[in-house]
Amino acid sequence: MKVEQISIFIENKSGRLAEVAEILANAGINIRALSLADTSDFGILRLIVDNPVKALEMLRDNSFTVSKTEVVGIEVPNQPGGLALILSILDKSQINVEYMYAFGERPGGNAIIIFRFDNIDEAISVLKNNGILVIACDVISGI
Amino acid sequence: MFWNKEVETLPREELEALQLARLQQVVERVYSTVPFYKKTLDAAGVTPGSIRNLADLRRIPFTLKQDMRDSYPYGLFSTPLQEIVRIHASSGTTGKPTVVGYTHSDIENWSEMMARSFVAAGVHKGDIVHNAYGYGLFTGGLGAHYGAEKVGASVIPMSGGNTRKQLMIMQDFGSTVLTCTPSYSLFLAEVAAEEGIDFKNLKLRVGIFGAEPWTEAMRLEIEEKLNLKAIDIYGLSEILGPGVGIECIEAQNGLHTWEDQFIPEIIDPDTCEVLPCGERGELVITTITKEGIPLLRYRTRDITRIISEPCICGRTHRRIERLSGRSDDMLIIRGVNVFPSQIESVLFNIKGVEPHYQLIINREGNLDTLEVQVEVNEQTFSDEIKNLQILSNRIRHSIKEMLGVTCQVRLVEPKTIVRSEGKAKRVIDNRKP
Repeated sequence: MKVEQISIFIENKSGRLAEVAEILANAGINIRALSLADTSDFGILRLIVDNPVKALEMLRDNSFTVSKTEVVGIEVPNQPGGLALILSILDKSQINVEYMYAFGERPGGNAIIIFRFDNIDEAISVLKNNGILVIACDVISGI
Repeated sequence: MFWNKEVETLPREELEALQLARLQQVVERVYSTVPFYKKTLDAAGVTPGSIRNLADLRRIPFTLKQDMRDSYPYGLFSTPLQEIVRIHASSGTTGKPTVVGYTHSDIENWSEMMARSFVAAGVHKGDIVHNAYGYGLFTGGLGAHYGAEKVGASVIPMSGGNTRKQLMIMQDFGSTVLTCTPSYSLFLAEVAAEEGIDFKNLKLRVGIFGAEPWTEAMRLEIEEKLNLKAIDIYGLSEILGPGVGIECIEAQNGLHTWEDQFIPEIIDPDTCEVLPCGERGELVITTITKEGIPLLRYRTRDITRIISEPCICGRTHRRIERLSGRSDDMLIIRGVNVFPSQIESVLFNIKGVEPHYQLIINREGNLDTLEVQVEVNEQTFSDEIKNLQILSNRIRHSIKEMLGVTCQVRLVEPKTIVRSEGKAKRVIDNRKP
């Protein structure tokens, strides 16, 4: 149910992002989804890749600071109100979203949204109890 | 354990009598052999015969680093060059290097000071001393080398640099004592961790670290990471090199200065007044046994205080407190006096923060700005920006609270702050032209 995301600390210096991409490319790792959060000094690049173990190892070997986090992927109907419904369910159960990012449309017209929750287990059970489809890990990394 | 118990435990009155006799000799000597001293002593109305007690020392003018530069290279030497068997010099990063010369007897005395220092630090015959102080013009390498040999230890003359090889030698040769700068010891620990080397599997027992100011927190970090007792040593080429003072392993609290060789004083760096015993200020040293280049009341620029309370180790030579910085390293940021070592101790008290940091000072308009660069590591990193902002806010608040200085904290990627194999360069001051 949980999806492994890797996060990378990147200083705001030209070329750093390109270096990350190149390291992953050379290791034959495919990026499935990404988001970049930035401040004036640094950014945090969050990635979902097809081989997180190898990606972590390669980035560490190249002196990047990395961490692994568990996130949740949810399939949302790609239509008005799709996201609103999910957020209202979370809100009613008082579950906070730390951050989220969406990506791609799957065949069948659904979007996928990645959520980072403080309490991931509780979030998953609330979503399931409300009939929301939580995507299995291998589904996302295999997209 | 003592190297020379009789001298190291000499009763104070005898020590002071010895100091006075030697002070009279050295004033006599430089007055007749060094034109610079003839001139300054005459100008101050001091004749060699007028030094009757130790308090008369105060009548003698200071010797400054600038005086050494003005006398470059040999102007302050008190013996003909034929008598000089070794020449060293400071790095000269801010101009011409300051040159010092040693006679045979000076080298012998220096080795004796280093032998006393090593033994005070718990080093003995049979130890394998891994000497990673730089050899060459810098006094650290050869100073430690001769002292360790005198003790009867086996010296590995590594010098600085080539960190991976240093680790290999340490492992293969079974080094028991490490001598280098404190910042380099932490760099060794960092590279060792990358190589999968655990210091617990090495034989190192004692580390003797000096040549730059460091903090108690840094000592604890070094002791934990390198699995050894970290001893602070003090010295400067103008006075001798390493071995002017050292902590004893019994107390690890304050550095015994070898008072049969030097007379230490503490002055207010602004007013130049001699401060009462125990007050913190700039260390001034008079050498009383040197032949090559004796110096009267040399202003070291190092900030410390004299500890006159007896030490548990039994040595009667007074201690100086661990150096808190240099009067010329002191930064004045918006009117506040800041020593880099103060910021270092703040950082060390924040869990998970790396010991590598850099201070960058700029002037924007008429205002000074201080940026503190701190490396992020896996312990402090978070995938959430707010957590990193909490970290940098905490650092900023702690610095503001402890020093009264507002700063910007910039989190940088690991290993981006330059590692030093000698003295760490902590400050980039862009205000200077």
